[in-house]
Amino acid sequence: MASIWEYANPRKFMATSAVVLPWVAGLAAVCLGVGLVWGFFFTPDDFRQGSTVKIIYLHVPSAIMAVNAWLMMLVTSLIWVIRRHHVSALAAKAAAPVGMVFTVIALATGAIWGQPMWGTWWEWDPRLTSFLILFLFYLGYMALWEAIENPDSAADLTAVLCLVGSVFAVISRYALLFWNQGLHQGATLSLDREQNISNVFWYPLVISLAGFGFLFLALVLYRTQTEIRARRLKALIAQERMG
Amino acid sequence: MPNLGSYGVYVLSSYAVSLVLLAAIVVASVWQARRVRARLHEVESRRDRTA
Amino acid sequence: MIALLTRDLQLAVRAGGGFGLSLAFFLIFATLVPFGVGPATGVLGVIAPGVLWLGALLACLLSLDRIFQLDWEDGTLDILATSPVPLEGLAAMKALAHWITTGLPLVLAAPVLGVLLNLPGPAYGWLIASLALGTPALSAIGTFGAALTVGIKRGGLLLSLLVLPLYMPTLIFAALCVTKGAAGQDALTPLLLVGGITAGSVAVLPFAAAMALRVNLR
Repeated sequence: MASIWEYANPRKFMATSAVVLPWVAGLAAVCLGVGLVWGFFFTPDDFRQGSTVKIIYLHVPSAIMAVNAWLMMLVTSLIWVIRRHHVSALAAKAAAPVGMVFTVIALATGAIWGQPMWGTWWEWDPRLTSFLILFLFYLGYMALWEAIENPDSAADLTAVLCLVGSVFAVISRYALLFWNQGLHQGATLSLDREQNISNVFWYPLVISLAGFGFLFLALVLYRTQTEIRARRLKALIAQERMG
Repeated sequence: MPNLGSYGVYVLSSYAVSLVLLAAIVVASVWQARRVRARLHEVESRRDRTA
Repeated sequence: MIALLTRDLQLAVRAGGGFGLSLAFFLIFATLVPFGVGPATGVLGVIAPGVLWLGALLACLLSLDRIFQLDWEDGTLDILATSPVPLEGLAAMKALAHWITTGLPLVLAAPVLGVLLNLPGPAYGWLIASLALGTPALSAIGTFGAALTVGIKRGGLLLSLLVLPLYMPTLIFAALCVTKGAAGQDALTPLLLVGGITAGSVAVLPFAAAMALRVNLR
């Protein structure tokens, strides 16, 4: 019986991801295409929000995936610290820029949606502020990877940063709620629960979310392949220099 | 194009920003992959020749 | 471990040790604020709690890269790592030394600067309390950040980027405590939360810092 840990072997990962990647990418394209086209062209306007409700198909999935990306990085960092699988550490490294882009999309679409709805491009609302902080966490994580020469040390230090950062992220979430009760409360995101959003919006939203999810997976697989090759490249160059 | 009413610029710019950013990360990932693959190929063929 | 602490304290107080620089920065920062926002005492009084805490936070930040850098550069850190004192203890002592030489003076100086910034009367006690409870967290978190970046040349800016987001919860609760204290509202809850974050940071982060030091010393 195959264990998931077999894929921690770089060779096995490369082989398997090469097979899986086209399918995941295809699914991503299809789901994103269907979800966004359906949402943009074939859904009605909202009673309160007019056509701006169409922004939901971008804003909510990107926000959800921005957080999920960090959670994935947290899990893979833990796996690296405990089981020392290089593929795991490199997957975390690969995921960070993708998560960061999703965070920026969530912030930008949130701001653009906020202007007509709340009359302001930005509010220090707990949810918006959390995403700003998440963006900073992504930046710091990526900067640390870049700053450290030795790949294994970089993997270790960024893993510790991810772990400590995650704890502080959770604490910050509560601090922000304490600090400013915020606009999001009640208004937008109870739409996540089925009772509060009609099927008309729900289906394209879920399909878009799936699209973003598959896109994340495809990009992480693809980028991890690149990281594995880059690591090998670095090792070979080091060998050349010594030999 | 559906009738976006007065909110057209907001909806369209959201879609534009998002699609541009998604395209950017995809393109950047592809460029990076191509560069690394090319360099790795170069170094590996150097190795195979001298081996 | 006490020997480590006294050594760091002595090094800090000696010429070139940086003691007093954080205090000077705090003063200069507080002085600059009215130039930035205007001298209207009404405005200053409202923003004073936050500004004072921001100043304290930045003053702490600026002295962070000293924590391990000097010992790293002359090889002392390698020797300390092989000593019978565990790295966790070293990290804790470094954090304590940082707090004594940076955080504690800030606690004492803050009320004076509060006068400059028209801090409302009821807030003074809360200011001192929140700083006393909160600055140890800043030292503990800062020591962790310094351990992460000790091997990086000119890593000061990266250190700031990593540490400032971690400072946010403390800043939020502490500034809220002082602001509410000024208005006579419930300032005890945020103060206790500051204490909670400090307690957690001081207990756990020396272990994370030691983990980072071990990696960097390999």
